[in-house]
Formats: sequence, structure tokens, C-alpha cells
Amino acid sequence: MSIEKMEATELLGFNKFEVDEEEPHIVLDKEICKKCQEKPCLTVCPAVLYTLDKNGDISFDHAGCLECGTCRVMCKNKGIQKWTYPRGTFGVNFRYG
Amino acid sequence: MSGDDKFDAIIIGAGPAGSACAYTLAKAGKSVLMIERGNTPGSKNVTGGRLYSYALDLLEPGLWEEAALERKVTHEQIMMLSKEQSVKIDYSNPAYNLEGQIPHSFTVLRAVFDEWLAGKAEEMGAMVACGILVDDLIEENGRIVGVKAGEDDMYADVVIAADGVNSFIAQKAGVFGDLEASTLGVGVKEIIELPAKTIEERFNLKDGEGTALLILGCTEGIHGGGFLYTNKESISLGCVFTPTEAAENGRQIHDIFQDMKMHPAILPLLEGGQTVEYGAHLVREEGFRGIPQKLYKEGLLVIGEAAGFVINVGYSIRGIDLAIVSGIAAAQAIISGKAPGPAYMEQLASLKLLPSMKAVDRYFDLLEIHRLYSTYPNIATDVFHLLFTVDGNEPPNVKKEMLKILKENNLSVWQLMKDGIRGVKSI
Repeated sequence: MSIEKMEATELLGFNKFEVDEEEPHIVLDKEICKKCQEKPCLTVCPAVLYTLDKNGDISFDHAGCLECGTCRVMCKNKGIQKWTYPRGTFGVNFRYG
Repeated sequence: MSGDDKFDAIIIGAGPAGSACAYTLAKAGKSVLMIERGNTPGSKNVTGGRLYSYALDLLEPGLWEEAALERKVTHEQIMMLSKEQSVKIDYSNPAYNLEGQIPHSFTVLRAVFDEWLAGKAEEMGAMVACGILVDDLIEENGRIVGVKAGEDDMYADVVIAADGVNSFIAQKAGVFGDLEASTLGVGVKEIIELPAKTIEERFNLKDGEGTALLILGCTEGIHGGGFLYTNKESISLGCVFTPTEAAENGRQIHDIFQDMKMHPAILPLLEGGQTVEYGAHLVREEGFRGIPQKLYKEGLLVIGEAAGFVINVGYSIRGIDLAIVSGIAAAQAIISGKAPGPAYMEQLASLKLLPSMKAVDRYFDLLEIHRLYSTYPNIATDVFHLLFTVDGNEPPNVKKEMLKILKENNLSVWQLMKDGIRGVKSI
């Protein structure tokens, strides 16, 4: 394979994740997100995990999270209800870092 | 683990800061527990990355010879990009890499390096517990006496927060407030595998030698820049953006980074490679002015990136060396037997960490000049285009053309002079 422009989902596919299905480490209050005008999360999440669904609502998946914390510091309207690191052993496992 | 055990020190986070601290404490005979949330030390960490060697030598002379490092940096490069053109400056100095002496700096991969360093701390007698997330601190009468992780309570004379840029522990203890988005950079990075031989041929390196390349003009004018480090058999290619400006810009940072990767000056360096990992990390950009007077509370010390120890002067970025030095400083403060907090601040001064950060504090103002991220790289490539183009026509009047270039880039001579003066003042 040669070097090419890649979608975030494709890039995340190279990583090793141990997804915590029981306890997401990031939880949104979608009602607040709905009212948020700026929605910076759409732009700044390196993994592009925040997207708009058909209704124009924020859709989010914690599964490919790189645990950088950017969405947390950018979310001024507190649509992010909870942001913690994943429970021990869960989340991304960098092999190179 | 029994809840009754009491350690001399509990360290939260097995990055370079935590491990350097654990190593120094354990070597002095202290009982140390280092708790890491990743499955292995380093598995949650991302760096640019390069390590300046003096710090490792400060930890233990000669330790670098067996360290899990990538390549010794023999070439320092700065590149400026406009849409399709590029200008590159290459600096090399054999004195940085004399035979028989410790090389000046190395490229590193954090998952590999951190695991090795934590292993060294373990060899010294520190206990390393992985896969455990510390949830909270235990406080008694205004003093931190231990940590809570799930059902477990663990106690120590002193707790050391080495939990990285987001440092919830330092925030919980009240040493830091929450992070301010405008004082941060968000970095994204791809690791691209390439054979060692290809890297050496392509970057004009001998066996074991490496390149550190910083890139300006690849962020659509957003405060930030790109980087490329050659590892043994891979390349670390990344880009850092101020997230507040990225949000205003409106394009996904991932997308801007992918465009940088495809730039005609970058792509040939990567060709034939295979991406094997995609990482991201926040970086503290504020330097000295963002650090509180007291990096401690009774029973707690804050070290490494949790303490804001990052130096970005535009042409070089330091973090891992400062992390190691701060870990040593904290350990020596504890070993000294004095009140750990004030002794730690003294050590940070005597090991030249805080004075180093203070000395380059004004670079922050220089890097606030937005024209650095788009206008000046454009002007640079326009000027080189002017100088190097030979087409059989009468060569243009360089002075006149230069003024035209400034005008085309919406920059007045007056503004250029003002930035120049500001630049000189900042450094």
C-alpha cells in the first residue's frame, strides 16, 4: 500500500483498542449539544468521533478515542457530561506512541 | 494488594517523569509504588518525539548506552511550506555526536522507551502496577496521604502526580486549575514504517543517524506546525494545532494533517511506507508563565507534563528531558528529608529546570505572531522562486519584486519591521 490521504476511521483501524462496552468514559448530554451553536468537537477531535447525524444532532462513539482530552477542554457549553480516562486496561494501547 | 501497606512514595503515571522519580527513590532505598493506567508503561503515551540526552545522563551516567532509543539526531531541519513549494534549512554539527561521547539527542517512540525506563525503575526495586486507574486522592486534615483506585486505598508519605497533560490529580489537589484551551496545542501523529536502509538513503544518514524536522506553513494559518522524526524503522509524522483556532477555522485537524502528508515536499519522504499507528496528544504551550508558584501541596508533588514542563521555542520542542529532570528533582527533595514541597521547588531551580523555562519565556510572544504560520512561509517560497527562476527573460529587479511579494502577501514593510522588532525583543 502506498501513502495516501486517509479517513480517520481508516487510521484508527491501525490502532489497538480494548473497548469498554459497559462503561463509556465520555458521556454527552445531547440536549445541550443540540443547542450548542459552535460545536467545536466536530473540528478538533483528532479521531473525528463527533459527527452530525441525519437530524443534525451530534453523534458520538467512544470506541476509537485516543484519550487526548481536546474535546473536554473545548466543550464550553458542558455538553460533555462526563470525561474520565477509561477504566484500567481499557481504551487505546499504543504500540509505538 | 493489601490496603495496610504504606509506601514511602506512590507515583501516579509511569511516563518518563514518574519512572525517573521511581528510579531515583528506589535507588536510595525508598519503598515506591508506581501506578500506571495503561496495560504497560507507555501504552497511553504519545510524543513527537525526541529526547535530549543530558537528562538521561543526569538520571544515571551511561544509562543511555542500553536505553531503548531510536536514532541519534545528526540533522536538524526547518522547512517552510506554501501550497506546492518548500524551503528547507539543514543544520548539522559533528560536535553533537563525537565518538565516545553521549550524543546530543535521540529520536524516541514512547511506548518503547517508557516501558524500558519503567523496567529500570523496577530493577532498582520500585513496584510497578499497570492497568490501574487512580480515581482520587485520599486527604486527611488537609494533607494528601494516599490514593484511591477502585476498591483499593493505598497510602504513602508522599504522592507524586506524574499523570500527564490532563493531570486530573493535580486539579483534584487544587495545585492547578482546569486547562485553558487557548494555552494548548493538539498534536496528531502517524507512525509510518519504512526499512532502515530506505530511511538512511532518503535522509542522507549513516547507520543509526537520524533527522529532526520541524515544519511551518502546513496549518492553514492556525498557530501550530508540523514535525517529522526518523526512527529506526519508521517515521513519526505529525502536526500540532491550537484547538481554539482550529475550531474557528472549521476544517477538521485530521484533514489538514492529511493534506500536509500529501504535500509535494513531504510525500516523497514517506513513499513506499505503511502507516501502522495514529495517535493524538495535548501539549501545554504556555511555558513558564503557565506554571504556578507552588507545584505541591502537603503530601503531594506534581512533576512532568502534569506540571506544565514543556518548552516550545518554535525551532525545538522539549518535554521528555524536562520530565526526567523534574522526576529526579522530586525524588531528591524526598530523599533530602526536608519538607518535600519547598525542597522540590529548590531542586527544580538548582537542576536548572525552572530557570531554563524562564529564560525562554518570551518566545511565547514571538510564537503569537500569526504571520509565522502562513504569511512568512509563503513569502519565503515566493522569494526563493524569484531568486532561482531562470527563463531566458531579462532578470527582474530583485528589490522591486521583493516589495511586490510583500504586497501580494498583504504585508507592509512597516508590519514586517514591527514583527522583526517584536521578534528580536522576544528572544
